[in-house]
Amino acid sequence: MEFVDYYKILGVDKKASEDDIKKAYRRLARKLHPDLNPNDKDAHKKFQQVNEANEVLSDAEKRKKYDQYGKDWQHADQFEQQRQSQRQSQYSSGGQPFSGGDEGDFSSFFESMFGGSSRSRQTKFRGQDYNAELKLNLTDALETQQQTLTVNGKNIRITIPAGIENGQVIKLKGHGAPGVNGGPAGDLFITFSIVNHPIFKRAGNDLYTHASIDLYTAMLGGETTIDTLKGKVKLKVNPETQIGNKIRLKGKGFPVYKKEGEFGDLYVTYDIKLPTNLTEQQKALFTELSKLK
Amino acid sequence: MPTTHLIAANEFCIYHNIEPSFIYSLQQSGLIEITVVEEKPFVDESELPQLEKLVRLYREMDINLEGIETISYLLQRMNEMQQQIVQLTNRLNIYENE
Repeated sequence: MEFVDYYKILGVDKKASEDDIKKAYRRLARKLHPDLNPNDKDAHKKFQQVNEANEVLSDAEKRKKYDQYGKDWQHADQFEQQRQSQRQSQYSSGGQPFSGGDEGDFSSFFESMFGGSSRSRQTKFRGQDYNAELKLNLTDALETQQQTLTVNGKNIRITIPAGIENGQVIKLKGHGAPGVNGGPAGDLFITFSIVNHPIFKRAGNDLYTHASIDLYTAMLGGETTIDTLKGKVKLKVNPETQIGNKIRLKGKGFPVYKKEGEFGDLYVTYDIKLPTNLTEQQKALFTELSKLK
Repeated sequence: MPTTHLIAANEFCIYHNIEPSFIYSLQQSGLIEITVVEEKPFVDESELPQLEKLVRLYREMDINLEGIETISYLLQRMNEMQQQIVQLTNRLNIYENE
């Protein structure tokens, strides 16, 4: 556990007045507050430090104690008695502790000096929102499924609708942190991360894949069988099919989110495998063919 | 028919220790909607997170109404752009490793 220099965090001098501290806190809050930096974990972390520094330095009693014992925090025994009594009383914080977004724990340093958060404002606040990421394979998002998540020790059963997109966020109301002073609980935001599939690429509800056919099928036409996410499909290949020719298989794409029975399309791009290790006879025939062009 | 939960605006103001005029100013700026029932102003429950965020900007960061309007607009733009980035990244995946 390291000593935390609250003055340095707020960028103020040790002789800073109450007003200087307030101004410094507000200046940093405007820059780092989670409301202004959604999904920026770095800003959230920095803001927690700023908030903690403000919590201590804006309170005359705590500031005095910090100035007195701050650097010698290891000698906690010396002020243990004082700490015990402070735990029972409530601070009347002169600052404006952060009350929304990603309110987190105080540092171990703070805990050791002040015995945890001293929040005692009577104002009720909504609990913090939680953010979670859930990884799914592309095939997992093909059908609506139920999953049980463990968030902060609580099991939450969620339904993941088929067709959910990479980066899509689902809000679970009231599954965030409990409110402060009896305020409502925050929400849980789950961001879905869909892992790329080695064969199929997805864009919205459409899927894209490649199919290899041999030279002779490409030139003369014929049939080929390709894999889709729901099994094999036989395709008719037109004569004189070129490399990169694309065909569309209607309704063989991805399920449309929250629209049961609706599907996107599957686009198949042809790759043509050219023969190798030609026999003498094949070479002769290709030579003959080349003379006909 | 879905049930609408309304919270009395003056109750919210007492709860958060803010002046009712602040709520009206937010409504006039188009940042929140107020429903009037029997001549009393109410806020829809679904608006609460947004309203509480605006109160935090006002009280904790000492930002005035004009600043709140600008920040709200920019946050909305940022959110739209983030969604666009996700969509474009998803589209870009098609061409990766081709």
